[in-house]
Amino acid sequence: MSLLTVENLRVSFPTEQGRVEVVKGISFELGRERLGIVGESGSGKSMTGRALLRLIREPGLVTADQMNFDGIDLLTLPEKGMRSLRGARLSMVMQDPKFSLNPVMRIGDQISEVLRFHGRLNRRARRQRVLQALQSVRIQDPERVYLQYPHEVSGGMGQRIMIAMMVVLEPDLMIADEPTSALDVSVQSQVLDIMDDLVRNKGMGLILISHDLNLVARYCDRILVMFNGRIVESCIASELHQASHPYTRGLLASVPTMDERRERLPVLDRALLEGLETHD
Amino acid sequence: MPLATYGWSRTRAKALKSASVISGFLITIAATFLGLLAITFIIGRVVPIDPVLAVVGDRAPQAVYEAVRLEMGLDNPLIVQFAHYVWDVVRGDLGMAVSTQRPVIEELGRVFPATLEMATLGILIGVLVGVPAGVTAAAHQGSWRDQVIRVLGLAGYAIPAFWLGLVGLALFYAHLRWVGGPGRLNLFLEGMVPTRTGMLLIDSALAGNWAVFKNAFSHIILPALILGFFSMAYIARMTRSFMLEQLSQEYITTARVKGAPERVVVWGHAFKAIRVQLITVIGLSYAQLLEGSVMIETVFSWPGIGNYLTSALFNADMNAVLGATLVIGAVFIGVNKVSDMLYRLLDPRAR
Repeated sequence: MSLLTVENLRVSFPTEQGRVEVVKGISFELGRERLGIVGESGSGKSMTGRALLRLIREPGLVTADQMNFDGIDLLTLPEKGMRSLRGARLSMVMQDPKFSLNPVMRIGDQISEVLRFHGRLNRRARRQRVLQALQSVRIQDPERVYLQYPHEVSGGMGQRIMIAMMVVLEPDLMIADEPTSALDVSVQSQVLDIMDDLVRNKGMGLILISHDLNLVARYCDRILVMFNGRIVESCIASELHQASHPYTRGLLASVPTMDERRERLPVLDRALLEGLETHD
Repeated sequence: MPLATYGWSRTRAKALKSASVISGFLITIAATFLGLLAITFIIGRVVPIDPVLAVVGDRAPQAVYEAVRLEMGLDNPLIVQFAHYVWDVVRGDLGMAVSTQRPVIEELGRVFPATLEMATLGILIGVLVGVPAGVTAAAHQGSWRDQVIRVLGLAGYAIPAFWLGLVGLALFYAHLRWVGGPGRLNLFLEGMVPTRTGMLLIDSALAGNWAVFKNAFSHIILPALILGFFSMAYIARMTRSFMLEQLSQEYITTARVKGAPERVVVWGHAFKAIRVQLITVIGLSYAQLLEGSVMIETVFSWPGIGNYLTSALFNADMNAVLGATLVIGAVFIGVNKVSDMLYRLLDPRAR
């Protein structure tokens, strides 16, 4: 049985011109595998991630024919049940640790909180687990980092802390929403490698949301390409270069490589894409 | 023993650091206070009230006038006069109040506690009601609770203090007889407890005289509630907007992703982050109440510093005016310094 089944997921927000759908009925399934969702900004990929955790707050509206996580119906699950899933079985790494970590709370306490919300471990046992989690993201001196505040660590370290926080309870599914976009290029792959190791070793499912085709192709088994709230292409990562949809082809064509000398990068033919949309 | 040496020098460095922080604090306080003294001194020199005339009266002969002028040291250069002034203030000598012929410091010692007592009760009410109200409003933005709190907050801006005071007296004192009327005590209870702090609630509690305590409470509660209402309105409004700002931050989403119950999201995360801003707001609000609300003190015949300053101004009693100004200025310095210290304590980034 698949870990996650999503059918006809829609997310909309009210505007002055009426409700606007940012996710327009997408369906996909996921096992304990690594799924990449790519698309440009505004394509609805982040909203999809947040909708899965039921983090879209009013006046945003989420509907679906089915949203099933390991046999649990996420659409009808009461908020309390949802809370016991979040952080424990379903988690999410967010984009920028500068904003996603609480600035006035010690790092150790922030990770320890996850254990407090979900278990009956005593203080000492919690501390031990937090130190282990920090070690698992290759932080050399966890004891010191435990007592530090987020502004005292670098961006790369901040994101590793975020990952430690999200895997400390070994969830079944982790969503990573642009986990390295805010980081220096030099530490991006380091952070992704750590995440990848954890996901493989613990047999977790992963949804990696990114705008970076190469990155997704490297770290995922399967790829969904989103455009304008819809999934326009679904393929195995290794076959990405054979993609057929004009949008994916356009994206692929506009990725620059190191050894080429092009005067201009090709741009997407928006008129053509919008035209395709109306025929759906 | 390199380890021990290391530990020792660390504690030493820490002690040195806190010592320098404290001495830095004391120096800034002293400098600010000196600036305040300079301002009151200059005000005393530029107002068109002749301090000699105020003492001798305008029918005194020239010889007497001159003698008093010399006695007051007004022939000295300004800088010497200022030095004398600073020295006097440091010794606690603020001069005589012209209208009563009693030392100003003594009169301030009588009126300030009355204001302090009412302001403290007022700010307590303002904080205890205003902060939870603001947090609730922000946590349930747009709900009926939010609407009620916002309307109350607006009322706190729109309603004049004297009007609320008069209506309160008419309703709760004259009509319902729930509270004591104007003044701090019923006349026949006055002088029943020894003055220790000048704050009747504390003095009567110390003396164990609960009849006086009850009566004093029945007098102070209405004006304190009214002051509390105004500071509550301000504090709730600011708390709400601080909270809304924090609740839209990404780390709040992180807390929810971790499975935090809404109570923890609101109080454990967002509220923790606004404490520093709140302290500034509460400090300002408290300092404002400590200035003495002239309107409320007048309506309730409250013998506080607002009332004192007003009548001193009407009597052109400069010593009293400057003394009261000095006290109010000192209160501002004190409240600011306390919020500064709490700032450092609560925000790891400010350390």
